[in-house]
Amino acid sequence: MPTTLTINGTSHQVDLPGNVPLLWVLRDALGLTGTKYGCGVAACGACTVQINGEATRSCQVLLEDVDGPVTTIEGLGTPDNLAAIQKAWVANQVAQCGYCQSGQIMQAASLLAEIPDPSDEEIDEAMAGNLCRCGTYPRIRAAIHDAANMIKTGA
Amino acid sequence: MGKLKTFTRRAFIVSSVAVTGGVAFGAYLMARTPDNPLAESPGALNPWVVINTDGITLVAPRAEMGQGVMTTLAALIAEELDVALEAVNVIHGPPAQAYFNSAAVAERHYSESQHQPSGFGAIMAQAFPKVISLQITGGSTSAIDAYSRMRLAGASARATLLQAAANQLGTGLDVLKTENGHVIAPDGTRIRYADLASAAADLEPAQAPRLKSPAEWRYIGKSQPRKDQAPKATGTAGFGIDVRLPGMRFASVRMTPRLGGEMISFDASNAETMDGVEKILNLGDGVAVVASNTWLAIEAVNAIDITWGKAPYPHENADIFEKISEAFDTDPNVTLREDGELATAPTSFEAEYRVPYLAHATMEPMNSTAVITDGTLEIWSPNQAPIMVRDRCAKLAGIDSDKVTVHTPFMGGGYGRRAMVDFAEIATRVAVQMPGIPVQTTWSREEDMRHDFYRPGAIARMRGHVEDGKITTLDGQMAAPSIMAQTMKLFTGFDLAPADPTLTEGAHDQPYAIPNHRVRGHSSDVAIPVGFWRSVGNSQNAFFYDSFVDELAHEASVDPLEFRLRHMRGEHAPSATVLETVRDMSGWTGKTPDGVGRGVAFCFSFGTAVAEVVEVQQDADGVIRLSDMWIAADLGLILDPLNVEAQLTGGAVFGLSAAIHGEITFADGMAEQENFPDYDALRMASTPRFHVELLQNMERMGGVGEPGTPPAAPALANALFDLTGQRARQLPLGSQFSFLT
Ligand code: FES
Ligand code: FES
Repeated sequence: MPTTLTINGTSHQVDLPGNVPLLWVLRDALGLTGTKYGCGVAACGACTVQINGEATRSCQVLLEDVDGPVTTIEGLGTPDNLAAIQKAWVANQVAQCGYCQSGQIMQAASLLAEIPDPSDEEIDEAMAGNLCRCGTYPRIRAAIHDAANMIKTGA
Repeated sequence: MGKLKTFTRRAFIVSSVAVTGGVAFGAYLMARTPDNPLAESPGALNPWVVINTDGITLVAPRAEMGQGVMTTLAALIAEELDVALEAVNVIHGPPAQAYFNSAAVAERHYSESQHQPSGFGAIMAQAFPKVISLQITGGSTSAIDAYSRMRLAGASARATLLQAAANQLGTGLDVLKTENGHVIAPDGTRIRYADLASAAADLEPAQAPRLKSPAEWRYIGKSQPRKDQAPKATGTAGFGIDVRLPGMRFASVRMTPRLGGEMISFDASNAETMDGVEKILNLGDGVAVVASNTWLAIEAVNAIDITWGKAPYPHENADIFEKISEAFDTDPNVTLREDGELATAPTSFEAEYRVPYLAHATMEPMNSTAVITDGTLEIWSPNQAPIMVRDRCAKLAGIDSDKVTVHTPFMGGGYGRRAMVDFAEIATRVAVQMPGIPVQTTWSREEDMRHDFYRPGAIARMRGHVEDGKITTLDGQMAAPSIMAQTMKLFTGFDLAPADPTLTEGAHDQPYAIPNHRVRGHSSDVAIPVGFWRSVGNSQNAFFYDSFVDELAHEASVDPLEFRLRHMRGEHAPSATVLETVRDMSGWTGKTPDGVGRGVAFCFSFGTAVAEVVEVQQDADGVIRLSDMWIAADLGLILDPLNVEAQLTGGAVFGLSAAIHGEITFADGMAEQENFPDYDALRMASTPRFHVELLQNMERMGGVGEPGTPPAAPALANALFDLTGQRARQLPLGSQFSFLT
């Protein structure tokens, strides 16, 4: 029986067994490849999406357990219409290989929704589960602070 | 192949204009251009620069894996072509001889006059790129290779466009100018490059175009907005794992975890019955499952019961290191430093160091997507070596190389891992059994970590002597499996024992004046696959060599930074300046309060001098945190400062991550670590604050992707010694000290 998911405001019918993790539903069934596979065991954060606005590791959520609207990186903004947080990422030239950045941005977006002006410690804590093998952490931190300012000033 | 060899520049331009999104087709044709067209026809609308009505495209000879090469190369072209950087589109070049990496094996020693490569090394340096068609992104060479070639390509294209305009207008060249993608006529008329490109293609390309002087540079030396940032911030950058094709299936594999061993038998009955599993493939030395999604393919392949044969190396870690240490009893493979009289030189201090095998652990696990149709292979492979992908996959598919199309998507990290092409080969072997159907073969993280070409484990034995505050004897021996021997065998099939400078790089080539100074490398024959891990031999040898210098400084009771300078000032002034810079930046006094430790380290690698100072702080519970890191580097010429900073700090994080957490050990012939919980890296909170200063005193341009890595481990180990008095002679440090995670 197909499952209905709301992703980035659009309703999708998915005809997959309920035990398939959301990550793979997004990537392999719906072609939403912005969300990445890094570890499959909740250890890297590359697969982070928001469910009901909360940052969640999509590799750990089974299709049958998705209990609210899903937002993926594709739902934040596009290259021609960047969300504030994405503008901050671009302005700080955060990405190196870029593979982890969808997850970093989704995690950071959740943080900013909860704490509009986070301290370094709050950033450390919120971002602890997001690995970046290229070592872009200093710029991620700077981009989060910039994004906080941009959102505050409506820039 | 014959008809394609006759391809002309004109054919190329026409084709690329004729096809929608012309650049892709243009790139396809360029794969068939004769060898090194730049040598015969430098420049105009050449394998690198494509101008048509769609705009200007740079077909990049190197691939983007995070090092910013797309933007740096485009800036070099834009600079000389006189167009806006934003106007240059960039695509990854297909496999082609034209995209040789001329810097791939170049010897880049701090001293031109001394320590030339040995005879064989010199031959290798010449022959290696051509012999095996090294179109390689690696060795921190992208920008160095491109600096001359990209500027020349841009300048020649510009000069030829000017000539076409002169012909059209009936004027002399001297009255024409260029500006932002246009030729400007004496009356101010502006002619778009695109409108001249076709005529320019009929001209003899400009042979010796004038290059801009540095004073005229508009882009070089200044930070540019990276072209890949918006795609990477929106999830729209296409990585290998993101390739989606009509009718595509998803596969995952399990190859023998006793690397190089056999598969004896398997029982797939559990996997066969799983809903959505389409096919189980016997690959001989492993199995693949083809399914409707990747997760299912991974689940199913893991459900297969497999009996593996023995590995061709000792099964237990202790025995592997025992075998490595036996290499000390053999003749050295390389002696690349031998000054003074070592036989009679006094020794008062000895130490042995050891480092483990390391995995690359790129964020994007290994994958490739392949389809075989009517005797052709099309493969999408995030790789650092497309010519090797083409040729080796052609062989596996039983077709000629010219029947292979290789696409290089973005790479989710490379660090040297994707200079090997096993992931492309395996995807091809899967595709061969699924004719007509595109199959994406993705390795699970566990498969990825257990099937690497690892940074070899290594052991160093050092002896030394100090007198009057200076080193009089430094004699180092390093034993490790030879990357060069394994790689040569893999790529050429020949079982050679080449001289392998990677055994001692980072130790034999450091700018210290020491009267009795010798460094020897011993090659050990352990068959665990090894390869190029960010900074290669420097990654372990800098730890050995620099830690030992630090120990000698304490033996001599001299401040460790000043101690290094004493031996460096007369030997290589730019390196000494780098050390002085990091001293001043960090406010180094040689003294630290209780609970704080500082360490310094230096390594000259890839033509770049880098000094790093790490500060560690210990809290009341004994937990150690990395608070700050200062990096000074001299690269000779800096193309893009912001990007250089990113590479140096990223390289340092990579080195610190390995120093604290990185360790691949073997038990029962298999790697024991398989995912990030047992092979972790620095996280946001555990990463120090960075302070970077860039210098340009050296005459030649150095690399940037790797030199930030080697000093990281010794700087941290030296800081821990300062903090605790405990000298770490073995990595990883996380098993000896308690770090904040
Ligand atoms: S893939 Fe989900 S946390 Fe790593
Ligand atoms: S940018 Fe490469 S892993 Fe984060």
